[in-house]
Amino acid sequence: MMRLEKRPQASQGFAYATPLLAVAATFFFGGLLFAALGKDPVEAIATIFWQPLFGEFAFYYRPQLLVKGAPLVLIAVGLSLGFKAGIWNIGAEGQYIVGAICGAAVGLACYPAQSALIFPAMVLAGALGGWLWAMIPAVLKVRFGTNEILVSLMLVYVAEQLLASMSLGLLKNPEGYGFPGSRNLQQYPSAHNAELIAGTGMHWGVVAALIAVIFAYVLLARHRLGFAIRVTGEAPRAARFSGVRPVRLVLFCLGTSGALAGLAGLFEVAGPAGQISIDFNVGYGFTAIIVAFLGRLHPIGIVLAGLLMALTYIGGDIAQSQMGLPAAAIQVFQGMLLFFLLAFDLLTHFRLRLGRTEAV
Amino acid sequence: MTPLLSLEGLTKAYPGVVANDNVSLAINPGEVHALLGENGAGKSTLVKMIYGLVKPDSGTMRMHGAPFAPPEPRAARAAGVGMVFQHFSLFDALSVAENIALGMENAPKLRDLSRQIKAVSDTYGLPLAPDHLVGDLSAGERQRVEIIRCLLQEPKLLIMDEPTSVLTPQEVEILFKTLRKLSQEGTSILYISHKLEEIRALCDSATVLRLGQVVGTCIPRETSAGDMAEMMVGKVLSVPSRANPEFGAELLSVTRLSLPPLSAFGMPLRDISFTLRAGEILGIGGVAGNGQDELLSALSGERRTPPGAIALEGADIGALEPNQRRALGVLAAPEERLGHAAVPNMSLTENAMLTGATRMGLEKNGFLNWGAAQDFAREIITAFDVRTPSAQNAARALSGGNLQKFVIGREVLQDPKVLIVNQPTWGVDASAAAAIRQALLDLATGGAAVIVISQDLDELMEISDRFAALNEGRLSEPRPAEGLSVEEIGMMMGGAHGMEVAHV
Repeated sequence: MMRLEKRPQASQGFAYATPLLAVAATFFFGGLLFAALGKDPVEAIATIFWQPLFGEFAFYYRPQLLVKGAPLVLIAVGLSLGFKAGIWNIGAEGQYIVGAICGAAVGLACYPAQSALIFPAMVLAGALGGWLWAMIPAVLKVRFGTNEILVSLMLVYVAEQLLASMSLGLLKNPEGYGFPGSRNLQQYPSAHNAELIAGTGMHWGVVAALIAVIFAYVLLARHRLGFAIRVTGEAPRAARFSGVRPVRLVLFCLGTSGALAGLAGLFEVAGPAGQISIDFNVGYGFTAIIVAFLGRLHPIGIVLAGLLMALTYIGGDIAQSQMGLPAAAIQVFQGMLLFFLLAFDLLTHFRLRLGRTEAV
Repeated sequence: MTPLLSLEGLTKAYPGVVANDNVSLAINPGEVHALLGENGAGKSTLVKMIYGLVKPDSGTMRMHGAPFAPPEPRAARAAGVGMVFQHFSLFDALSVAENIALGMENAPKLRDLSRQIKAVSDTYGLPLAPDHLVGDLSAGERQRVEIIRCLLQEPKLLIMDEPTSVLTPQEVEILFKTLRKLSQEGTSILYISHKLEEIRALCDSATVLRLGQVVGTCIPRETSAGDMAEMMVGKVLSVPSRANPEFGAELLSVTRLSLPPLSAFGMPLRDISFTLRAGEILGIGGVAGNGQDELLSALSGERRTPPGAIALEGADIGALEPNQRRALGVLAAPEERLGHAAVPNMSLTENAMLTGATRMGLEKNGFLNWGAAQDFAREIITAFDVRTPSAQNAARALSGGNLQKFVIGREVLQDPKVLIVNQPTWGVDASAAAAIRQALLDLATGGAAVIVISQDLDELMEISDRFAALNEGRLSEPRPAEGLSVEEIGMMMGGAHGMEVAHV
C-alpha cells in the first residue's frame, strides 16, 4: 500500500522540481497521445518545442513568442496576487475585453487627430476599463458576500456580448463597407502600439509586462501589502489578527488584476490585433490562469511559464498545419501540463510512504 | 485476583519518537486507575492501543488473563472497553437520543432507547433529557451524552481522557460521584489527567509516564501532589512568584461592552465591564466557548466595538485597528496557535513580522526590513528558550509548547502596556508553563497590565491578583483572587449550569 504523509516542512527541492517534472510527464503522456493519433510522437513534440525557436522559420516565430507571451504574463502576474490571497478572479478574459474596448474607444474617438497624448490616454482608459469590470465582482463580494469566482466568470460572457455589440454598432468602422469591426488602429499612427524595435515583437505590452513582474516581485518580497496577501492566503484569521483588512485586500487584488488584464487587452487591440472585432478575444485571460499556477504564483516563474505557454501555442499551430494534428489534441496537451503540475505539487507538502496502512 | 486488563512491555514508535517504551500496567476489576503524565508523555498513545485505534509494535495485552489485541475500536467495545474522548464527536443539530443511536451497532427504536437513556441517567446521577438538541447543551452535558453512550454498552473498563478540562467545579463533583458509583459496581476506570488533586481525590492507584516510559507507580491518597508532580516532570519545579505587587494608575477600562455573535454558533458578549490598573493581573476563568475568543478579539482590535466601550488611559480605542492598538501598547496572544496567533507555513522570522512590525520598527513606509525581523525572531528564540534549529523554520514544524513560548515571547518582548493572553499554557509542558507564567508575572512587576484568560483554575489562582469568570458571554464582577474558595469560583463560572447535583 502507498500512502501520503505530510512533511513537517514544505520541501524546497520539490517546489522547484515540480514544474520540470510536470513538463517531463507532459512530454511522455502527450507523446503517447500523439502516437495514439497515429503521429510520430518525437516529431510532434519537436515540432511544438523546437521549430518555433530553432527551425527554418524561427525568424518569424521568435517575435511571436513575445507577442503571445506578453499578455499572458501581464494578466497572470495580476491574477497571481489574488490567487496567493485566496481571491479567485476567473474573469480576466472579460476584463481583457472591456479594457480593449475602452482603450480602443478613446483612440477611435480622437480619429483622425494626431497627438502624442492619444496613446497614453488609451493606456489609461484600458487599465480603467479592466479595473471597473473587476470592481463589479469585488464590490458585490465585499458588500453582499457573493462568490467572486462565479460573478467574474459570468461577466466574461457579458463582456463577449458587449464586444459583439461594439463591433457591430457603436465602434463599427464607418468606412468598412458594412463589415463588422472597428477601424484598424495599426493604420492610425497616434493610436498604434507599434513594435519598438522592428522585427523583435517587442511592443509596449512587453515593457508593461516586465514592469508588472518587477512591481509584483518587490511587492511580495518587501512590502507590507505583499506580506498581507501572503498571510491572508495562508491563514485568514492570523491575517486579521495581524491587522490586515480583508475588504481592502479584495478590492486591491481584484482591481489590480482587472487593470492589468485591461492593459493587456488595450496593447493587443492597438497592436497585434489592430481592431475591435467579434472574435477579438482568443482566451488569454483563461490561459493566464494556467500560466499563474505553472509559474508557482511567483513573478519570475510566471515569466518562464508565460513563455513556455506561448511556445506551445505557436508550436501547436505549426503542428496543426504541418502534421495535421487536431486542435483538440493540442488543447489536451496544454491541459496535461496544468494537470501534472497540480498532481506533482502534492509532493511539495507530502511524501509517499510505502508500507501497510494503519487505522488512526 | 486476576487483573481485568494487564499490559506487558507495550512499545509503539512513530517516526522520530518512541511514544511508548516497554509500558506495563495492570488494572483490577472495580479499580480507578490514574494514568498520569505531561503532554507528550505517551498517555494518549497507550489508551489508543487499548481502544484498538493504534496497534502496538511489540508487547502483549491481556483481558481477564486471555490475550487481547483489538484490531479496531469496534472489537474493543465488544470486549467491554468504553472510551470518553477529550473532544466530543456529537452532532449539534441532532437530539441526545439520536446522537447516541448513531454510535451504536444495533440501535433499538428511538423510544426504547430514550427509556434506556433515562434509566441509565437516573441510576448514575447524570441528569440528561434524551430529546434535547445537543447544540443547546453545555460542555458538561455533552460529556454526559458521551458517558451514557459508553454506559449503555455496559463496559467493564471505562477510559476517560482528561474529562474535567471542560467542567466547572460543581460539574466535576457530579462526575466524580458517578465514577465512584461505577467503580463500586465493579467497573474499572482508567482515568487520564495531569490534575493531581483530582487524582488524589478519586483514584485508587496511579501509573506515571514520562517520555513514553513508566517512571513510577503510587497510591495517590498516600502520596503528596508535590511528589507526584516531581515524578511526572522529573525535576523540582520552581513555582512562579513575584514580589509584593504594586498597582499604578488605571490603564484599561471596559464599560458595558456588548457584541453580537459572529455566527449562529458563536457567543455574544453581554454587558462586560471591568477596569485594570498598571501592574495588575486579571485572571478570567470559565469553560471554553463562553466568550473567551470573542473578548480577546474585541480587545485586540480584530473586531471593532461600539464607542465608549473600551478605553486606554481614558481615551476610546474601540474604533482602532489591531496595529493602531499595538502602537499604543495593547498587545494580544490568541489561544489558537496555528492559524490565528501564527501562520503555520511561514517561518518564525515571518511570524515575528506578523505582530512585531509596528512596535519593533520592522517596517518603514510600508517596506519591510527582513533583517531586523530575523534579529527579533532570534531574540525571542533566545529569551524564551524556543527549541528550533533556526528562525527560518516553519511555525508548523515546532512542537506546541515551543510555538506557544514563541507566541507569548513575541508579545512580551514588545514591552506592552496591556497584554491579553488566552490559554497561555495550553498543551505546554510543566516547566515551559512555569516559565511562561513567570514571564507574565515579571511583565506585571514591570508595570504592565495583564489579562490572562484560561480554563486552568490552578494557573489563574497562582498568578492572578483579581479573578472573574466568563459564563455565556457575561463577565462576573472581578474579585480579589486571594482567599476565593473553589465553591465561590464554581458559582462565578455558572455553577453546574442550572443542574442540581444529583443524589445517588
